[in-house]
Amino acid sequence: MSAPLLRISGLVVLYGAIAAVRSVDLDVARGEVVAIVGPNGAGKTSLLSAIAGIVRPAGGEIAFAGRRLGGLVLEDVVKQGIALVPEGRHIFASLTVAENLALGATVRSDGEIGADIDRSYETFPILGSRRRQPAGQLSGGEQQQLAIARALLSRPKLLMLDEPSLGLAPTIVDQVYLLLRAIREQDVTILLVEQNAERAFAIADRVHVMSGGQFRLSGTPAELQRDPEFDAAYFGIRMGAA
Amino acid sequence: MDRIVQTLVDAVSVGGLYALTALGIGLIFGVMRLINFAHGELIMIAGYTLILLFGQPIAVAMIGAFVAAIVLALVTERVAFRPLRNADPATLLISSFALSFFLQKTLILLVGSRPKGIDFLPVLGRQIDVLGVRLQSLQIVTIVVSIALLGGLTWFLRATRFGLQMRAAAEDFRMARVLGVRANRVIAIAFAISGILAATVSCLVVAQTGIVQPRMGLQLVIIAFVGTVIGGLGSLSGAAIGGFLVGVATILLQALLPPDLRVFREAFVFVAVTLILLFRPQGLFPARGLRERI
Repeated sequence: MSAPLLRISGLVVLYGAIAAVRSVDLDVARGEVVAIVGPNGAGKTSLLSAIAGIVRPAGGEIAFAGRRLGGLVLEDVVKQGIALVPEGRHIFASLTVAENLALGATVRSDGEIGADIDRSYETFPILGSRRRQPAGQLSGGEQQQLAIARALLSRPKLLMLDEPSLGLAPTIVDQVYLLLRAIREQDVTILLVEQNAERAFAIADRVHVMSGGQFRLSGTPAELQRDPEFDAAYFGIRMGAA
Repeated sequence: MDRIVQTLVDAVSVGGLYALTALGIGLIFGVMRLINFAHGELIMIAGYTLILLFGQPIAVAMIGAFVAAIVLALVTERVAFRPLRNADPATLLISSFALSFFLQKTLILLVGSRPKGIDFLPVLGRQIDVLGVRLQSLQIVTIVVSIALLGGLTWFLRATRFGLQMRAAAEDFRMARVLGVRANRVIAIAFAISGILAATVSCLVVAQTGIVQPRMGLQLVIIAFVGTVIGGLGSLSGAAIGGFLVGVATILLQALLPPDLRVFREAFVFVAVTLILLFRPQGLFPARGLRERI
Protein backbone atom coordinates (compact mmCIF):
# COMPACT_ATOMS: atom_id res chain seq x y z
CA MET A 1 0.00 0.00 0.00
CA SER A 2 1.39 3.42 -0.97
CA ALA A 3 2.01 6.12 1.63
CA PRO A 4 -0.90 8.50 2.17
CA LEU A 5 -0.75 11.95 0.57
CA LEU A 6 -1.50 13.57 3.94
CA ARG A 7 -0.57 11.97 7.24
CA ILE A 8 -1.37 13.65 10.53
CA SER A 9 -0.35 12.09 13.82
CA GLY A 10 -1.08 13.25 17.35
CA LEU A 11 -2.00 16.77 16.25
CA VAL A 12 -2.75 19.22 19.04
CA VAL A 13 -3.93 22.81 18.49
CA LEU A 14 -4.15 25.14 21.46
CA TYR A 15 -5.62 28.63 21.76
CA GLY A 16 -4.12 29.73 25.05
CA ALA A 17 -5.24 27.11 27.56
CA ILE A 18 -8.07 25.85 25.36
CA ALA A 19 -7.40 22.75 23.29
CA ALA A 20 -9.23 23.03 19.95
CA VAL A 21 -7.71 19.83 18.52
CA ARG A 22 -6.68 16.99 20.86
CA SER A 23 -4.30 14.39 19.51
CA VAL A 24 -5.91 13.79 16.12
CA ASP A 25 -4.58 11.18 13.67
CA LEU A 26 -5.66 11.37 10.05
CA ASP A 27 -4.55 9.75 6.78
CA VAL A 28 -5.78 10.93 3.39
CA ALA A 29 -4.84 8.80 0.38
CA ARG A 30 -4.27 10.18 -3.13
CA GLY A 31 -7.52 10.66 -5.04
CA GLU A 32 -9.63 10.17 -1.94
CA VAL A 33 -12.41 12.44 -0.67
CA VAL A 34 -12.31 12.54 3.12
CA ALA A 35 -14.91 14.48 5.07
CA ILE A 36 -14.81 15.69 8.64
CA VAL A 37 -18.23 16.38 10.07
CA GLY A 38 -19.21 17.76 13.41
CA PRO A 39 -20.99 20.59 15.18
CA ASN A 40 -19.82 24.16 15.61
CA GLY A 41 -16.73 24.38 17.81
CA ALA A 42 -15.74 20.77 17.21
CA GLY A 43 -12.23 21.78 16.10
CA LYS A 44 -12.72 21.14 12.37
CA THR A 45 -11.60 24.58 11.20
CA SER A 46 -8.66 24.52 13.62
CA LEU A 47 -7.56 21.22 12.09
CA LEU A 48 -7.63 22.68 8.56
CA SER A 49 -5.93 25.85 9.80
CA ALA A 50 -3.09 23.78 11.24
CA ILE A 51 -2.63 21.89 7.96
CA ALA A 52 -2.70 25.15 5.98
CA GLY A 53 -0.11 26.71 8.30
CA ILE A 54 -2.47 29.41 9.61
CA VAL A 55 -2.07 28.21 13.19
CA ARG A 56 1.02 26.53 14.58
CA PRO A 57 0.30 23.15 16.16
CA ALA A 58 1.23 22.73 19.81
CA GLY A 59 2.04 19.07 19.21
CA GLY A 60 2.01 16.26 16.70
CA GLU A 61 3.17 16.03 13.10
CA ILE A 62 1.78 16.84 9.68
CA ALA A 63 3.41 15.18 6.69
CA PHE A 64 2.37 15.92 3.11
CA ALA A 65 3.61 13.90 0.15
CA GLY A 66 6.25 12.44 2.42
CA ARG A 67 7.51 15.82 3.66
CA ARG A 68 6.97 17.19 7.14
CA LEU A 69 5.20 20.55 7.09
CA GLY A 70 6.32 21.60 10.59
CA GLY A 71 8.19 24.90 10.49
CA LEU A 72 6.88 25.96 7.08
CA VAL A 73 5.40 29.44 7.00
CA LEU A 74 1.86 29.96 5.71
CA GLU A 75 3.00 31.06 2.24
CA ASP A 76 5.09 27.93 1.72
CA VAL A 77 2.33 25.43 2.49
CA VAL A 78 0.41 26.26 -0.70
CA LYS A 79 3.64 25.78 -2.62
CA GLN A 80 3.71 22.17 -1.44
CA GLY A 81 0.37 21.60 -3.21
CA ILE A 82 -2.22 22.31 -0.51
CA ALA A 83 -4.99 24.79 -1.29
CA LEU A 84 -7.60 26.01 1.15
CA VAL A 85 -11.11 27.30 0.43
CA PRO A 86 -11.79 28.92 3.80
CA GLU A 87 -15.06 29.23 5.62
CA GLY A 88 -16.72 32.47 4.54
CA ARG A 89 -14.92 32.24 1.18
CA HIS A 90 -12.62 35.26 1.78
CA ILE A 91 -12.69 36.47 -1.78
CA PHE A 92 -11.09 39.89 -2.36
CA ALA A 93 -14.21 42.00 -2.70
CA SER A 94 -12.60 45.09 -4.23
CA LEU A 95 -10.61 43.11 -6.83
CA THR A 96 -12.15 41.87 -10.05
CA VAL A 97 -13.04 38.24 -10.61
CA ALA A 98 -10.07 37.95 -13.00
CA GLU A 99 -7.69 39.45 -10.42
CA ASN A 100 -8.97 37.05 -7.74
CA LEU A 101 -8.27 34.15 -10.07
CA ALA A 102 -4.81 35.47 -10.95
CA LEU A 103 -3.99 35.55 -7.23
CA GLY A 104 -4.85 31.86 -7.05
CA ALA A 105 -1.83 31.20 -9.25
CA THR A 106 0.56 33.25 -7.07
CA VAL A 107 2.86 30.30 -6.37
CA ARG A 108 3.13 29.31 -10.03
CA SER A 109 5.67 30.61 -12.51
CA ASP A 110 4.84 28.44 -15.53
CA GLY A 111 3.46 29.82 -18.76
CA GLU A 112 0.09 28.12 -18.53
CA ILE A 113 -1.59 30.39 -16.00
CA GLY A 114 -3.56 32.32 -18.63
CA ALA A 115 -4.77 29.09 -20.24
CA ASP A 116 -5.79 27.71 -16.85
CA ILE A 117 -7.75 30.88 -16.06
CA ASP A 118 -9.52 30.52 -19.43
CA ARG A 119 -10.33 26.90 -18.52
CA SER A 120 -11.76 28.15 -15.21
CA TYR A 121 -14.15 30.35 -17.19
CA GLU A 122 -15.29 27.24 -19.10
CA THR A 123 -15.80 25.27 -15.88
CA PHE A 124 -17.43 28.22 -14.10
CA PRO A 125 -19.23 30.14 -16.90
CA ILE A 126 -20.69 32.72 -14.52
CA LEU A 127 -17.16 33.78 -13.59
CA GLY A 128 -16.29 34.21 -17.26
CA SER A 129 -19.21 36.51 -17.86
CA ARG A 130 -18.32 38.59 -14.81
CA ARG A 131 -14.56 38.54 -15.04
CA ARG A 132 -14.20 42.34 -14.98
CA GLN A 133 -16.65 42.92 -12.15
CA PRO A 134 -15.51 43.44 -8.55
CA ALA A 135 -15.88 40.09 -6.80
CA GLY A 136 -17.85 41.75 -4.02
CA GLN A 137 -20.74 42.15 -6.47
CA LEU A 138 -21.13 38.38 -6.90
CA SER A 139 -23.84 36.43 -5.07
CA GLY A 140 -22.88 34.03 -2.26
CA GLY A 141 -22.98 30.99 -4.57
CA GLU A 142 -20.93 32.76 -7.22
CA GLN A 143 -18.40 33.80 -4.60
CA GLN A 144 -18.11 30.17 -3.50
CA GLN A 145 -17.45 29.16 -7.10
CA LEU A 146 -14.81 31.89 -7.32
CA ALA A 147 -13.15 30.73 -4.09
CA ILE A 148 -12.99 27.13 -5.41
CA ALA A 149 -11.77 28.19 -8.87
CA ARG A 150 -9.13 30.42 -7.24
CA ALA A 151 -7.89 27.57 -5.06
CA LEU A 152 -7.68 25.21 -8.07
CA LEU A 153 -5.47 27.68 -9.94
CA SER A 154 -2.55 26.78 -7.67
CA ARG A 155 -2.87 23.25 -9.20
CA PRO A 156 -3.17 21.67 -5.75
CA LYS A 157 -2.64 18.01 -4.97
CA LEU A 158 -4.92 18.46 -1.97
CA LEU A 159 -7.94 20.77 -1.94
CA MET A 160 -9.29 21.59 1.51
CA LEU A 161 -12.77 23.08 1.77
CA ASP A 162 -14.13 24.51 5.00
CA GLU A 163 -17.94 24.51 5.16
CA PRO A 164 -18.57 25.08 1.43
CA SER A 165 -22.35 24.92 1.96
CA LEU A 166 -22.46 27.44 4.79
CA GLY A 167 -24.89 30.30 4.19
CA LEU A 168 -25.93 29.11 0.73
CA ALA A 169 -29.41 28.21 -0.52
CA PRO A 170 -29.98 24.44 -1.01
CA THR A 171 -30.09 24.74 -4.82
CA ILE A 172 -26.77 26.59 -4.78
CA VAL A 173 -25.30 23.96 -2.46
CA ASP A 174 -26.37 21.32 -5.03
CA GLN A 175 -24.39 23.20 -7.68
CA VAL A 176 -21.33 23.51 -5.43
CA TYR A 177 -21.36 19.76 -4.72
CA LEU A 178 -21.76 18.98 -8.43
CA LEU A 179 -18.60 21.03 -8.95
CA LEU A 180 -16.79 19.11 -6.24
CA ARG A 181 -17.71 15.84 -7.99
CA ALA A 182 -16.27 17.22 -11.23
CA ILE A 183 -13.08 18.28 -9.40
CA ARG A 184 -12.81 14.81 -7.91
CA GLU A 185 -12.87 13.34 -11.42
CA GLN A 186 -9.72 15.38 -12.13
CA ASP A 187 -7.81 13.32 -9.52
CA VAL A 188 -7.67 16.12 -6.97
CA THR A 189 -7.66 14.80 -3.42
CA ILE A 190 -10.26 16.54 -1.28
CA LEU A 191 -10.42 17.11 2.46
CA LEU A 192 -13.83 18.48 3.26
CA VAL A 193 -15.11 19.97 6.49
CA GLU A 194 -18.89 20.11 6.81
CA GLN A 195 -21.57 20.58 9.43
CA ASN A 196 -24.05 19.16 6.96
CA ALA A 197 -23.37 15.43 7.38
CA GLU A 198 -25.76 14.33 4.63
CA ARG A 199 -23.94 16.42 2.05
CA ALA A 200 -20.62 15.01 3.20
CA PHE A 201 -21.90 11.41 3.10
CA ALA A 202 -23.01 11.90 -0.51
CA ILE A 203 -19.52 12.69 -1.77
CA ALA A 204 -16.95 11.27 0.67
CA ASP A 205 -15.09 7.96 0.57
CA ARG A 206 -14.44 8.14 4.30
CA VAL A 207 -15.91 10.31 7.05
CA HIS A 208 -14.62 11.28 10.47
CA VAL A 209 -17.00 12.60 13.10
CA MET A 210 -15.28 15.29 15.15
CA SER A 211 -16.45 16.65 18.46
CA GLY A 212 -14.63 18.31 21.34
CA GLY A 213 -11.40 18.41 19.33
CA GLN A 214 -11.27 14.63 18.73
CA PHE A 215 -12.43 12.12 16.15
CA ARG A 216 -15.25 10.19 17.81
CA LEU A 217 -16.19 7.90 14.93
CA SER A 218 -14.66 7.06 11.57
CA GLY A 219 -15.77 4.96 8.65
CA THR A 220 -17.33 4.93 5.21
CA PRO A 221 -20.55 6.91 4.78
CA ALA A 222 -22.52 3.63 4.64
CA GLU A 223 -20.96 2.41 7.90
CA LEU A 224 -21.61 5.66 9.71
CA GLN A 225 -25.17 5.95 8.47
CA ARG A 226 -25.88 2.53 9.99
CA ASP A 227 -23.99 3.24 13.21
CA PRO A 228 -26.36 3.87 16.15
CA GLU A 229 -23.66 5.92 17.87
CA PHE A 230 -23.42 8.46 15.06
CA ASP A 231 -25.75 11.07 16.58
CA ALA A 232 -24.12 10.78 19.98
CA ALA A 233 -20.64 11.11 18.47
CA TYR A 234 -21.69 14.08 16.33
CA PHE A 235 -23.01 15.98 19.32
CA GLY A 236 -20.22 14.85 21.66
CA ILE A 237 -22.47 12.88 24.00
CA ARG A 238 -20.87 9.90 25.78
CA MET A 239 -22.91 6.76 25.21
CA GLY A 240 -23.86 5.07 28.42
CA ALA A 241 -23.17 8.18 30.48
CA ALA A 242 -25.82 8.81 33.10
CA MET B 1 -8.62 86.54 -11.93
CA ASP B 2 -4.84 86.12 -11.52
CA ARG B 3 -5.28 85.79 -7.78
CA ILE B 4 -7.95 83.09 -8.16
CA VAL B 5 -5.78 81.04 -10.53
CA GLN B 6 -2.73 81.49 -8.31
CA THR B 7 -4.70 80.40 -5.25
CA LEU B 8 -6.06 77.36 -7.07
CA VAL B 9 -2.61 76.35 -8.31
CA ASP B 10 -1.25 76.84 -4.81
CA ALA B 11 -4.10 74.72 -3.38
CA VAL B 12 -3.54 71.92 -5.90
CA SER B 13 0.22 71.98 -5.33
CA VAL B 14 -0.09 71.78 -1.51
CA GLY B 15 -2.90 69.21 -1.91
CA GLY B 16 -0.53 67.12 -4.04
CA LEU B 17 2.14 67.17 -1.32
CA TYR B 18 -0.33 66.04 1.32
CA ALA B 19 -1.74 63.41 -1.05
CA LEU B 20 1.76 61.93 -1.51
CA THR B 21 2.35 61.96 2.25
CA ALA B 22 -1.08 60.45 2.99
CA LEU B 23 -0.48 57.77 0.38
CA GLY B 24 2.77 56.78 2.13
CA ILE B 25 0.85 56.39 5.40
CA GLY B 26 -2.13 54.68 3.73
CA LEU B 27 0.07 52.16 1.93
CA ILE B 28 1.65 50.93 5.17
CA PHE B 29 -1.68 50.92 6.99
CA GLY B 30 -3.11 48.83 4.15
CA VAL B 31 -0.63 46.00 4.45
CA MET B 32 0.22 46.16 8.17
CA ARG B 33 -2.66 47.97 9.91
CA LEU B 34 0.10 50.24 11.19
CA ILE B 35 -0.31 54.02 11.31
CA ASN B 36 3.33 54.85 10.80
CA PHE B 37 4.02 58.20 12.41
CA ALA B 38 7.73 57.55 11.77
CA HIS B 39 6.92 58.29 8.10
CA GLY B 40 7.73 61.89 9.04
CA GLU B 41 11.28 60.88 9.90
CA LEU B 42 11.71 59.44 6.39
CA ILE B 43 10.90 62.93 5.11
CA MET B 44 13.31 64.37 7.68
CA ILE B 45 16.21 62.03 6.84
CA ALA B 46 15.84 62.79 3.13
CA GLY B 47 15.98 66.52 3.95
CA TYR B 48 19.15 66.17 6.04
CA THR B 49 20.73 64.03 3.32
CA LEU B 50 20.18 66.93 0.92
CA ILE B 51 22.05 69.16 3.40
CA LEU B 52 24.82 66.58 3.77
CA LEU B 53 25.28 66.29 0.02
CA PHE B 54 24.88 70.01 -0.67
CA GLY B 55 27.53 71.09 -3.17
CA GLN B 56 27.39 67.80 -5.03
CA PRO B 57 25.53 67.68 -8.35
CA ILE B 58 21.76 67.96 -7.81
CA ALA B 59 21.18 64.44 -9.15
CA VAL B 60 23.66 63.00 -6.64
CA ALA B 61 22.03 64.86 -3.74
CA MET B 62 18.57 63.70 -4.79
CA ILE B 63 19.60 60.08 -5.32
CA GLY B 64 21.25 60.22 -1.89
CA ALA B 65 18.02 61.54 -0.35
CA PHE B 66 15.97 58.78 -1.98
CA VAL B 67 18.43 56.05 -0.95
CA ALA B 68 18.51 57.36 2.64
CA ALA B 69 14.69 57.40 2.93
CA ILE B 70 14.29 53.95 1.34
CA VAL B 71 17.03 52.38 3.48
CA LEU B 72 15.63 53.95 6.68
CA ALA B 73 12.12 52.73 5.74
CA LEU B 74 13.39 49.16 5.19
CA VAL B 75 15.51 49.19 8.36
CA THR B 76 12.62 50.45 10.52
CA GLU B 77 10.37 47.74 9.08
CA ARG B 78 12.93 45.04 9.78
CA VAL B 79 14.06 46.21 13.22
CA ALA B 80 11.05 47.93 14.76
CA PHE B 81 7.89 46.62 13.10
CA ARG B 82 8.56 43.07 11.90
CA PRO B 83 9.02 41.70 15.45
CA LEU B 84 5.64 43.27 16.32
CA ARG B 85 3.78 42.10 13.23
CA ASN B 86 1.34 40.01 15.23
CA ALA B 87 0.84 42.67 17.89
CA ASP B 88 -2.40 44.58 18.21
CA PRO B 89 -2.76 47.94 16.40
CA ALA B 90 -2.34 49.94 19.63
CA THR B 91 1.09 48.36 20.23
CA LEU B 92 2.10 49.10 16.64
CA LEU B 93 0.92 52.69 16.99
CA ILE B 94 2.90 53.23 20.19
CA SER B 95 5.91 51.61 18.55
CA SER B 96 5.67 54.02 15.61
CA PHE B 97 5.50 57.00 18.00
CA ALA B 98 8.52 55.67 19.92
CA LEU B 99 10.45 55.18 16.68
CA SER B 100 9.51 58.67 15.50
CA PHE B 101 10.75 60.25 18.74
CA PHE B 102 13.89 58.08 18.79
CA LEU B 103 14.88 59.09 15.25
CA GLN B 104 14.10 62.75 15.83
CA LYS B 105 15.99 62.97 19.12
CA THR B 106 18.95 61.00 17.74
CA LEU B 107 19.21 63.46 14.88
CA ILE B 108 19.00 66.41 17.31
CA LEU B 109 21.84 64.87 19.33
CA LEU B 110 23.94 64.52 16.19
CA VAL B 111 23.28 67.80 14.37
CA GLY B 112 21.32 70.01 16.77
CA SER B 113 17.73 71.19 16.72
CA ARG B 114 18.20 74.48 14.86
CA PRO B 115 16.68 74.68 11.40
CA LYS B 116 19.27 74.60 8.65
CA GLY B 117 18.95 76.68 5.52
CA ILE B 118 19.66 75.28 2.08
CA ASP B 119 19.30 76.82 -1.34
CA PHE B 120 18.02 73.68 -3.02
CA LEU B 121 16.90 73.89 -6.63
CA PRO B 122 16.81 77.74 -6.72
CA VAL B 123 15.87 77.54 -10.37
CA LEU B 124 12.39 76.44 -9.29
CA GLY B 125 11.85 79.73 -7.47
CA ARG B 126 11.55 81.57 -10.78
CA GLN B 127 8.22 82.97 -11.91
CA ILE B 128 6.90 81.69 -15.22
CA ASP B 129 4.05 82.93 -17.34
CA VAL B 130 1.26 80.36 -17.88
CA LEU B 131 -1.63 81.61 -20.03
CA GLY B 132 -1.01 85.15 -18.87
CA VAL B 133 -0.83 84.25 -15.19
CA ARG B 134 2.53 84.45 -13.38
CA LEU B 135 3.17 81.29 -11.38
CA GLN B 136 6.14 79.90 -9.48
CA SER B 137 7.88 77.07 -11.37
CA LEU B 138 8.02 75.04 -8.16
CA GLN B 139 4.24 74.93 -7.91
CA ILE B 140 3.97 73.58 -11.45
CA VAL B 141 6.75 71.05 -10.78
CA THR B 142 5.03 69.97 -7.53
CA ILE B 143 1.74 69.41 -9.36
CA VAL B 144 3.42 67.55 -12.24
CA VAL B 145 5.52 65.38 -9.90
CA SER B 146 2.48 64.60 -7.71
CA ILE B 147 0.39 63.60 -10.72
CA ALA B 148 3.26 61.54 -12.19
CA LEU B 149 3.90 59.74 -8.90
CA LEU B 150 0.23 59.09 -8.21
CA GLY B 151 -0.14 57.86 -11.80
CA GLY B 152 2.96 55.69 -11.53
CA LEU B 153 1.80 54.18 -8.27
CA THR B 154 -1.66 53.56 -9.72
CA TRP B 155 -0.04 51.79 -12.67
CA PHE B 156 2.16 49.74 -10.32
CA LEU B 157 -0.82 48.68 -8.22
CA ARG B 158 -3.12 47.95 -11.19
CA ALA B 159 -0.82 46.49 -13.80
CA THR B 160 1.91 44.57 -12.03
CA ARG B 161 1.94 41.26 -10.19
CA PHE B 162 3.41 42.84 -7.05
CA GLY B 163 0.78 45.59 -7.21
CA LEU B 164 -2.01 43.03 -7.35
CA GLN B 165 -0.48 41.15 -4.42
CA MET B 166 -0.22 44.40 -2.49
CA ARG B 167 -3.87 45.28 -3.11
CA ALA B 168 -4.91 41.78 -2.07
CA ALA B 169 -2.77 41.98 1.06
CA ALA B 170 -4.26 45.39 1.88
CA GLU B 171 -7.75 43.89 1.77
CA ASP B 172 -7.24 40.51 3.46
CA PHE B 173 -3.68 39.87 4.52
CA ARG B 174 -4.25 36.37 5.84
CA MET B 175 -6.05 35.15 2.72
CA ALA B 176 -3.34 36.65 0.53
CA ARG B 177 -0.77 34.64 2.49
CA VAL B 178 -2.89 31.48 2.24
CA LEU B 179 -2.67 31.92 -1.55
CA GLY B 180 1.11 32.19 -1.36
CA VAL B 181 1.63 35.96 -1.35
CA ARG B 182 4.88 36.46 0.55
CA ALA B 183 4.21 38.70 3.55
CA ASN B 184 7.80 39.89 4.05
CA ARG B 185 8.24 40.85 0.41
CA VAL B 186 4.93 42.71 0.09
CA ILE B 187 5.54 44.64 3.31
CA ALA B 188 9.14 45.47 2.35
CA ILE B 189 8.00 46.76 -1.07
CA ALA B 190 5.32 48.87 0.64
CA PHE B 191 7.93 50.38 2.97
CA ALA B 192 10.32 51.02 0.07
CA ILE B 193 7.54 52.83 -1.82
CA SER B 194 6.70 54.85 1.29
CA GLY B 195 10.40 55.83 1.36
CA ILE B 196 10.21 56.98 -2.27
CA LEU B 197 7.08 59.02 -1.53
CA ALA B 198 8.68 60.55 1.59
CA ALA B 199 11.88 61.50 -0.28
CA THR B 200 9.84 63.12 -3.08
CA VAL B 201 7.85 65.15 -0.56
CA SER B 202 11.06 66.10 1.22
CA CYS B 203 12.75 67.37 -1.97
CA LEU B 204 9.69 69.45 -2.86
CA VAL B 205 9.26 70.88 0.65
CA VAL B 206 12.96 71.73 0.98
CA ALA B 207 12.90 73.41 -2.43
CA GLN B 208 9.82 75.37 -1.34
CA THR B 209 10.89 76.44 2.15
CA GLY B 210 14.70 76.30 1.92
CA ILE B 211 14.73 74.93 5.48
CA VAL B 212 15.46 71.54 6.99
CA GLN B 213 14.59 70.87 10.64
CA PRO B 214 13.96 67.82 12.81
CA ARG B 215 10.17 68.28 13.00
CA MET B 216 9.65 69.01 9.31
CA GLY B 217 8.18 65.57 8.64
CA LEU B 218 6.00 65.30 11.72
CA GLN B 219 3.97 68.40 10.85
CA LEU B 220 3.25 67.05 7.38
CA VAL B 221 2.45 63.58 8.67
CA ILE B 222 -0.11 64.79 11.21
CA ILE B 223 -2.07 66.71 8.56
CA ALA B 224 -1.70 63.87 6.04
CA PHE B 225 -2.85 61.37 8.67
CA VAL B 226 -6.04 63.39 9.08
CA GLY B 227 -6.43 63.19 5.29
CA THR B 228 -5.95 59.41 5.42
CA VAL B 229 -8.66 59.12 8.07
CA ILE B 230 -11.23 61.22 6.21
CA GLY B 231 -10.37 59.44 2.97
CA GLY B 232 -10.97 56.09 4.65
CA LEU B 233 -8.29 54.08 6.47
CA GLY B 234 -7.25 51.09 4.41
CA SER B 235 -8.24 52.64 1.07
CA LEU B 236 -5.27 53.83 -0.99
CA SER B 237 -7.31 56.04 -3.30
CA GLY B 238 -9.15 57.34 -0.23
CA ALA B 239 -5.84 58.26 1.41
CA ALA B 240 -4.65 60.16 -1.67
CA ILE B 241 -7.96 62.00 -2.13
CA GLY B 242 -8.29 62.71 1.61
CA GLY B 243 -4.76 64.12 1.78
CA PHE B 244 -5.39 66.20 -1.32
CA LEU B 245 -8.67 67.60 0.06
CA VAL B 246 -7.08 68.59 3.38
CA GLY B 247 -4.25 70.35 1.55
CA VAL B 248 -6.64 72.18 -0.78
CA ALA B 249 -8.92 73.16 2.12
CA THR B 250 -5.96 74.55 4.06
CA ILE B 251 -4.88 76.84 1.21
CA LEU B 252 -8.42 77.91 0.29
CA LEU B 253 -9.14 78.83 3.90
CA GLN B 254 -5.90 80.80 4.00
CA ALA B 255 -7.07 82.76 0.97
CA LEU B 256 -10.74 83.14 1.84
CA LEU B 257 -10.79 83.70 5.59
CA PRO B 258 -10.72 87.30 6.90
CA PRO B 259 -7.12 88.19 7.90
CA ASP B 260 -7.79 88.09 11.65
CA LEU B 261 -9.24 84.56 11.41
CA ARG B 262 -6.44 83.09 9.28
CA VAL B 263 -4.47 82.15 12.37
CA PHE B 264 -7.29 79.68 13.13
CA ARG B 265 -7.03 78.07 9.69
CA GLU B 266 -6.17 74.60 11.04
CA ALA B 267 -9.03 74.83 13.54
CA PHE B 268 -11.49 75.32 10.65
CA VAL B 269 -9.96 72.36 8.80
CA PHE B 270 -10.31 70.12 11.86
CA VAL B 271 -13.92 71.23 12.42
CA ALA B 272 -14.65 70.20 8.82
CA VAL B 273 -12.87 66.88 9.41
CA THR B 274 -14.89 66.31 12.59
CA LEU B 275 -18.12 66.98 10.71
CA ILE B 276 -17.16 64.57 7.93
CA LEU B 277 -16.34 61.86 10.46
CA LEU B 278 -19.61 62.47 12.32
CA PHE B 279 -21.58 61.70 9.18
CA ARG B 280 -19.17 59.18 7.63
CA PRO B 281 -17.11 57.64 10.45
CA GLN B 282 -15.63 55.12 8.01
CA GLY B 283 -14.29 58.00 5.86
CA LEU B 284 -15.29 59.23 2.43
CA PHE B 285 -13.94 56.25 0.48
CA PRO B 286 -13.79 53.34 2.92
CA ALA B 287 -11.91 50.15 2.09
CA ARG B 288 -14.06 47.19 1.17
CA GLY B 289 -13.56 44.00 3.11
CA LEU B 290 -11.02 45.37 5.56
CA ARG B 291 -10.01 42.29 7.51
CA GLU B 292 -7.73 41.34 10.32
CA ARG B 293 -4.11 40.84 9.40
CA ILE B 294 -1.83 38.00 10.47
